[in-house]
Amino acid sequence: QVSAALKEGRVTPMELCQQCLSLIKSTKFLNAYITIAEETALKQAEASEERYKRGQPLGVLDGIPVAVKDNFNTAGIETTCASNMLRGYISPYNATVVQKLLDQGAVLLGKTNLDEFAMGSGSTDGVFGPVRNPWSYSKQYKEKSVPKSHSEDKESNWVITGGSSGGSAAAVSSFTCFAALGSDTGGSTRNPAAHCGVVGLKPTYGLISRHGLIPLVNSMDVPGILTRCVDDAAVVLGSLAGHDPKDSTTIQDNFKPFELPSLTDVSKLSIGIPKEYHAPGLSGEILALWSKAADLFRNAGAKVVEVSLPHTCYSIVCYHVLCTAEVASNMARFDGLEYGHRSDMNESTESMYAATRREGFNDVVRGRILSGNYFLLKQNYEKYFVKAQKVRRLIANDFVKVFQSGVDVLLTPTTLSDAAPYKEFIKEDNRTRSAQNDILTQAANMAGLPAINVPTALSERGLPLGLQFIGRSFQEQQLLTVAKWFEKQVQFPMIQLEEVKRHDHDVFQHEKSASF
Amino acid sequence: QKVSVEVLDHLEHLALVDFRDSEGVERLQNAIQFADQLHEVNTDAVEPMDSVLEDRCLYLREDDVTEGNCTKELLENAREKVEEYFVAPPGNIPLPKLEERDTFLQGS
Repeated sequence: QVSAALKEGRVTPMELCQQCLSLIKSTKFLNAYITIAEETALKQAEASEERYKRGQPLGVLDGIPVAVKDNFNTAGIETTCASNMLRGYISPYNATVVQKLLDQGAVLLGKTNLDEFAMGSGSTDGVFGPVRNPWSYSKQYKEKSVPKSHSEDKESNWVITGGSSGGSAAAVSSFTCFAALGSDTGGSTRNPAAHCGVVGLKPTYGLISRHGLIPLVNSMDVPGILTRCVDDAAVVLGSLAGHDPKDSTTIQDNFKPFELPSLTDVSKLSIGIPKEYHAPGLSGEILALWSKAADLFRNAGAKVVEVSLPHTCYSIVCYHVLCTAEVASNMARFDGLEYGHRSDMNESTESMYAATRREGFNDVVRGRILSGNYFLLKQNYEKYFVKAQKVRRLIANDFVKVFQSGVDVLLTPTTLSDAAPYKEFIKEDNRTRSAQNDILTQAANMAGLPAINVPTALSERGLPLGLQFIGRSFQEQQLLTVAKWFEKQVQFPMIQLEEVKRHDHDVFQHEKSASF
Repeated sequence: QKVSVEVLDHLEHLALVDFRDSEGVERLQNAIQFADQLHEVNTDAVEPMDSVLEDRCLYLREDDVTEGNCTKELLENAREKVEEYFVAPPGNIPLPKLEERDTFLQGS
């Protein structure tokens, strides 16, 4: 919609950019952004405006303000991964996906906040502080929350965004940008998308280049896309997907960007409901919502079947071992010598490395590195690492079997409940929280399958609840088509932010109607 | 079973990261306990999976130089450098042994 507005001249890229920048300033309390690239963004907007004046926009994304998670390299802009280890690190190059966005004329507003090195499920463990969910400040949440006493500071009741791409999700949800990049290793794009009421797409592993994405787990990482509607996600996907000679884990098949058809007939669809996703701790609300969604498909004529993915309960343990092992390897590059933080300790190379890493990493990162090294010790290699790799195959095979039996798309919850208040969330440590929250999203990363969170309804507390669709490998078109149909059916309400005054309603509004 | 101090020390050496306090050691113990659940799964005759793209050929490009000459940019991010070299402290000095180090593990 906004792209059409730009084309027709109803709004200019400079206006859009400036509005977004001023909105970012007025929503600073959300702590969604780590770095705001104001100067470069305005320059990009100016260039875009020139192109529109000449009638030669680069494409649909020309002039569209976007934000990028701070673990993607961006030339000339600080990239920190929310860690002291990379504070002050100015990337010398753009990640491929960032470059692709810029080549399409998108305006990069800034880098968003995350959990340190994308480890976590709350966006609470970065050195720049936690990200606040914009819905904490929405009319919908405030109406439903009962203050414990009149003197209670309403500020202290804010809820988390989920993680680890919380900053990106918050940025999209609070209208400061139209699309954002996140990364997804265990659910890091879909989890905050569900909590912030936005669409979060995890593409198939191998579809989008990881070149320039600071790696966590090389065999599971993918760049994630966060937008306000499924159509937008398809547009961004179209501009990012495809083989990259700089990333040999991208497949070589030709990728053709697609437009999503508006499905009217779902009778040929087969939706699978994996029973193991009725995980312990799943809130009654989400269970009811999941059930309602299944009924929605059934009543519309689709075939809805219960399926089984028996190894689901082991995916977290498996992830735990494989993730820590790969992290131990990937974090080894941070030694202070070529980039990033360097300790003043100068007695020997090893002691300098040790001191640098001691000073640069937080507890979560250090903990994972040590665990990973333990699992990779010669005496433990077979018992843990190889064993986890075998379990991974079992998990991936579960999915293969289910899709072979005729199921097109799986429907599952994305999170166990709505967003928790920050004060509650921090009562348990990072690993426990991750283990609890990743259970519904992790298996898709294990198997490399595409998955998307679609905001579905509001919870009793007035916070977003989302449902997840998991598709077949490289069948993003089918997955997104189903997601789009579902999105249309549920008509998720728009966030009503009181503290934010929007001048141009035409540009920022999407459909606004009754709830599901 | 608890992890022995020798192994903990070995890990600190391998990872070049320290446990810092008892919480760190406990975290590792918990992680191991958590991972032990893997042994409940029967994986007889199952091959380990390295990558989900194992059915495809890895892309190998031609061995041609396509980019480079960016010495200046790359050196910019390093703190200690001399001409075109990264400067490191002497490398032939091993980390002190457990007894001589100022590490939390000394106390355990």
